[in-house]
Amino acid sequence: MSTRNGPLALGFHTLVVAFMLAPLLIVCVVAFTPENTLSIPTTRFSLRWFEAVFKHPDFVQSFHNSLWLALSSATLATVIAIPAGLALTRYQFPGREALNGLFLSPLIIPHLVLGVALLRLFALIGATGSFFWLVLAHVVVITPYVLRLVVAAVVGFDRSAEHAALSLGASPATVFRRITLPMILPGVTGGWLLAFINSFDEVTMSIFVTAPSTVTLPVRMYMYATESIDPLMAAVSALMVAITALAMLLLDRVYGLDKILVGHR
Amino acid sequence: MSAVLPRTAALPGPHWWLSAPALVLFGCLLLVPLALTAVLSFNAFDAATGVKAGEFTLAHYAKVIGDEYYLGIFWRTFWISALTTLICIAIGAPEAYVLSRMGSPWRAIFLLVVLAPLLVSVVVRAFGWSMLLGREGLVNQALRLLGVAPMKLLYTEAAVVIALVHVMLPFMVIPVWTSLQKLDPAVEHAALSLRASHFTTLRRIVLPQVLPGILSGSLIVFGLSASAFAIPGLLGGRRLKMVSTVVYDEYLHELNWPLGAAIALTLLLANLVVMLTYNRVVEGAYRKSLG
Repeated sequence: MSTRNGPLALGFHTLVVAFMLAPLLIVCVVAFTPENTLSIPTTRFSLRWFEAVFKHPDFVQSFHNSLWLALSSATLATVIAIPAGLALTRYQFPGREALNGLFLSPLIIPHLVLGVALLRLFALIGATGSFFWLVLAHVVVITPYVLRLVVAAVVGFDRSAEHAALSLGASPATVFRRITLPMILPGVTGGWLLAFINSFDEVTMSIFVTAPSTVTLPVRMYMYATESIDPLMAAVSALMVAITALAMLLLDRVYGLDKILVGHR
Repeated sequence: MSAVLPRTAALPGPHWWLSAPALVLFGCLLLVPLALTAVLSFNAFDAATGVKAGEFTLAHYAKVIGDEYYLGIFWRTFWISALTTLICIAIGAPEAYVLSRMGSPWRAIFLLVVLAPLLVSVVVRAFGWSMLLGREGLVNQALRLLGVAPMKLLYTEAAVVIALVHVMLPFMVIPVWTSLQKLDPAVEHAALSLRASHFTTLRRIVLPQVLPGILSGSLIVFGLSASAFAIPGLLGGRRLKMVSTVVYDEYLHELNWPLGAAIALTLLLANLVVMLTYNRVVEGAYRKSLG
């Protein structure tokens, strides 16, 4: 380990890493307990609590809700973020800054405020419990993530290929499909995955705008955990960690996890 | 030419129809609901009949500012967020520095280890902490081994702060790390070779360089902590309320939506004020450090 850190620094670093990983490791370990109570498996591992999750109708339904919600809202967010990103980067027009600020504002408005605001709207238009409107609510929250990556992809983009195609008589639609889209594809897929993860994990806004039939997995877990704490919860959490890890692995492949997390400043 | 101009001006340019779908969505699902909620927060409320649509009052805001119960909750939210921010600075800034001095591949690996929990659902992390901090949890078992009497940690302010620090730490490490990347290691070497002590080098060379990073990290950490919901909800228990859990109660248990709206909007306003003033300070610090 080639390092210039002293033993004190490395000791500190070890504690920080342990602190960051402890709560994630404990849920993954306890999920395999054979006991009826939350305990660390000492003698043997058991899959009984994972079986229990798949037999629990509420959790299964919530898992389906979350999966479809994240898939459709991430896709819809990507579909609207690509043209918006092109508009924001390729055109200078009055109101451009305001538009950019509006599209990124869900990043700084507390999700709690978004939740109560959308609850009010849904109550007035009779959309409470509608899956379609829940998808739209998630699209608002996750669009900024896609938009930032699309903008970054479009900014660092050589337009000579586009100009060449246009001058050779390709229609604008063909240019977009055959040249622009393939060139910004890493940013688009990275943005889609990041949006998927954020939708799949979202709890604070969703808790206000979901009805019993549309409850998402994190909301179901939140409600379950406020009432009872048993290894079932640990098993669901371990599954969540596994799904997130899988999405992170994909994200790392298509875009680079370090670039997503640290940004491109 | 003059006959053509008005016509082209009336036709929306491609930037408008390209951003139209997003604009329509954000208008309908962000601006309209926020405006509706602002109106709602001024609506009179009656416990028996509910919201009175036509009647307007300042009573809810008066309650938020004047009632000791709500003031106490805002004060608790403020000091918990401030404490979380301070601890995040104390842990996050040195950790980013240690990380930046590591060699590859450890640097990249540990950066991911520290930052990746960011992408795991906050409910999962809160649940993990409730297991660690419970009466029979690992922390109390470790304390017992050390001969310390077990403590009540879960459902206390301490549990909320610990879990908030866990959730917020990446938001401090990222900006500090970014500003450390801009630091030329040669400057540090120069200071050391001119016989500056290690401490002096840290204080006079490294710290001024990362200060903007620490400031913008603090901003994010404070703002997110003040509006955190799942952590105080799961680790604070029923009695230890923070602003967001009180809003949840008003909306879903008390059904007093106007009061809940008033509290939520006060939180939003306070958050924006803190962010804007802090931004000024950060910009000022930048300008000063650049001369």
